[in-house]
Amino acid sequence: MNKETSGRPLLRITDLHKSFGGLEVLAGISMDVARGEKVTIIGPSGSGKTTLLRCINYLEKPTSGHIYIEGNLIGEKKVNGRIIHLSDRELAKERQEIGFVFQRFNLFPHLTALGNVAIAPQKVLALRREEAEQRARQMLEKVGLSHKINEYPERLSGGQQQRVAIARVLAMQPKLMLFDEATSALDPELIGEVLRVMRQLAEEGRTMVIVTHEIQFAGEVSDRVIFMDQGRIVEEGKPRDVLLKPKEPRTREFLKHIQER
Amino acid sequence: MGFWRILDERGWYFLTTLLGGWPETLTVAIGALIFALIFGLVVALLRISRWRILRFPAILYTEVFRGTPALVQLFVIYFGLPDIGFEPSPFQAAIVGLGLNGAAYLSEVYRAGIESIHRGQLEAALSLGMTPARALQYIILPQAIRTMLPPITNFAIVLLKDTSIVFVVGVVEVMALARNLVTETLQSAAVYLIAGALYLCVTLPMARLAARLERQRQAWQ
Amino acid sequence: MLQLPEIYAENIQRWLPELLSFSLTTLKIAFVSFLLAVVIGVFFAVCRTSNNYLLRSFAITYIEIARGLPIVVLLYIVYFVPPQLFPELNWRWFSDFTGAVIGLALHGGAILAEVFRSGIEALHKGQREAALTLGMTPAQSMTYIILPQATRIVLPPVANYAIGLLKDTSLCSLIGVNELMNDAKSIAFADYQPMAVFVLVAAIYFAMSYPLSLAVRTMEWRLNISR
Repeated sequence: MNKETSGRPLLRITDLHKSFGGLEVLAGISMDVARGEKVTIIGPSGSGKTTLLRCINYLEKPTSGHIYIEGNLIGEKKVNGRIIHLSDRELAKERQEIGFVFQRFNLFPHLTALGNVAIAPQKVLALRREEAEQRARQMLEKVGLSHKINEYPERLSGGQQQRVAIARVLAMQPKLMLFDEATSALDPELIGEVLRVMRQLAEEGRTMVIVTHEIQFAGEVSDRVIFMDQGRIVEEGKPRDVLLKPKEPRTREFLKHIQER
Repeated sequence: MGFWRILDERGWYFLTTLLGGWPETLTVAIGALIFALIFGLVVALLRISRWRILRFPAILYTEVFRGTPALVQLFVIYFGLPDIGFEPSPFQAAIVGLGLNGAAYLSEVYRAGIESIHRGQLEAALSLGMTPARALQYIILPQAIRTMLPPITNFAIVLLKDTSIVFVVGVVEVMALARNLVTETLQSAAVYLIAGALYLCVTLPMARLAARLERQRQAWQ
Repeated sequence: MLQLPEIYAENIQRWLPELLSFSLTTLKIAFVSFLLAVVIGVFFAVCRTSNNYLLRSFAITYIEIARGLPIVVLLYIVYFVPPQLFPELNWRWFSDFTGAVIGLALHGGAILAEVFRSGIEALHKGQREAALTLGMTPAQSMTYIILPQATRIVLPPVANYAIGLLKDTSLCSLIGVNELMNDAKSIAFADYQPMAVFVLVAAIYFAMSYPLSLAVRTMEWRLNISR
């Protein structure tokens, strides 16, 4: 497994808490992800995995705790010794470095595949239209959809839509890629094509945090597996250890449950 | 019957006289429509803003203009404003009055349209690094417009019908001419029936178009 | 510049009682028109959804015309045309109040007919069939399954219509009915205070419509919660 040790971790989360109203969904998460590392997070529904991911790119504002990317505080800044939340503009800029792949794709229905992938480079990175479209074409080729660039999302299968969504994220050249149950909304036959793309990205040395139910895939692709339950990290370690020889009883129970499906 | 003879002899005269009011009717309708489309969007954006200081005036404005009759609003603008120094012309009062009234209504249409776009679209746009403003401009509004087309078309029809009250502020449009004709000839039945037919000639086709747009939108979903 | 507070302090004791009494007339017009409009609406909704081609066409024609005409024009037609068309008949009972109520009701009936129709059509045939297969009689299915759901769907648009109706009563002033708007005009021009009077009248209309507005919104919110 590739793992560049460049000293400082790419992603660092310290004591992250998140509550919705009275319900505490994240009860103190701390973790590091090194550059080029692939971390998979598994756990039952309601364990807070998705919320954790959404906090990293600040789709949800954490209740307390901090997130750093390459040593830089994300979502907040220090002003006169106090920490305050960032404005939308500043948040937007930070999000350019973080790619997020949604469970339900969230492609833009009024744009073609090419349009979907090109719009952010064009409007956010201010590339010229030809440059943006050139980059979009490259990304779509990378995910194997060159023949579908002019199709609208409604004419694409679920697997194709998700691959377009991945291409859309790649076009922004992010430092970190987050996958929120990227295959959970897909029919079984279509899961494979998306996993293939994700495997390819992993082999290229990208830094990825993946939330998934695909245990086998997790085992093949990850450098580290984290098991979460009820807002806490219960167990983490090498995939071989966590998935095949789990130490914690809760981990064992969860894996047994998954295997039975 | 006296009525049918009147219609026969003078019907054509009535019709052509009333048609003379159409340019004014259309001017007011189109002027108010443009005003309402633009101002309504402004109010809608204020309405969904994150800052209470922007939301509050928008809400106040919408509640007041939707909670009071257009007729009263016209009277306030045309007869009331001179008291504080503004003397609008009949056309100005009519366009601004119907425009403000319409903008309050349209702002709710815009708001519903924007909010109808699935949250995931906004999140995807934000995740790609777009500011909320950019997300609104390139992702949300283009989709919302398709949803809003039927209600906006319906609104245009309503606006056209509402022009029939602006004679109270002195605009010489179809209804003003109709009332003059009636004073002149006492043939209220014939005149008003012809006036009605005149309006129907425009509103009925527009209504059919709006219905077709609505069906298209439902198919599209 | 205008000194509204002073103007009101001076005149409000004279104006308000009179305006409020005419507001009662406004409310009366709205109330009667509303009831009549509901009856007309139900009638034409049934015709509209009937299997009989003639009834359906009749209903469609009425609905299209009543909705295609401006309310003012409809009011003028209802009030002025019948007496001229049939001068032999006795029209003494036909006051401006009556004409206004009938005119507003004819307009509202067309609107409500469409509301009721979509309410009826919105209910899946499956609902009725499910009820029948459970052993309910058609009457029971109507009472316990269809009507409760249809009422839910129909209530907010009907309430919204009522609010619009309240505002539309102001148009009756144009055919001479002595309601709030008309009184406002006479006071405003008699006392040379158009701004003050019309703003006051606007406030009165607002006070009448806003509670209804809030009630509708609460209703809509409650109905959506239970979905």
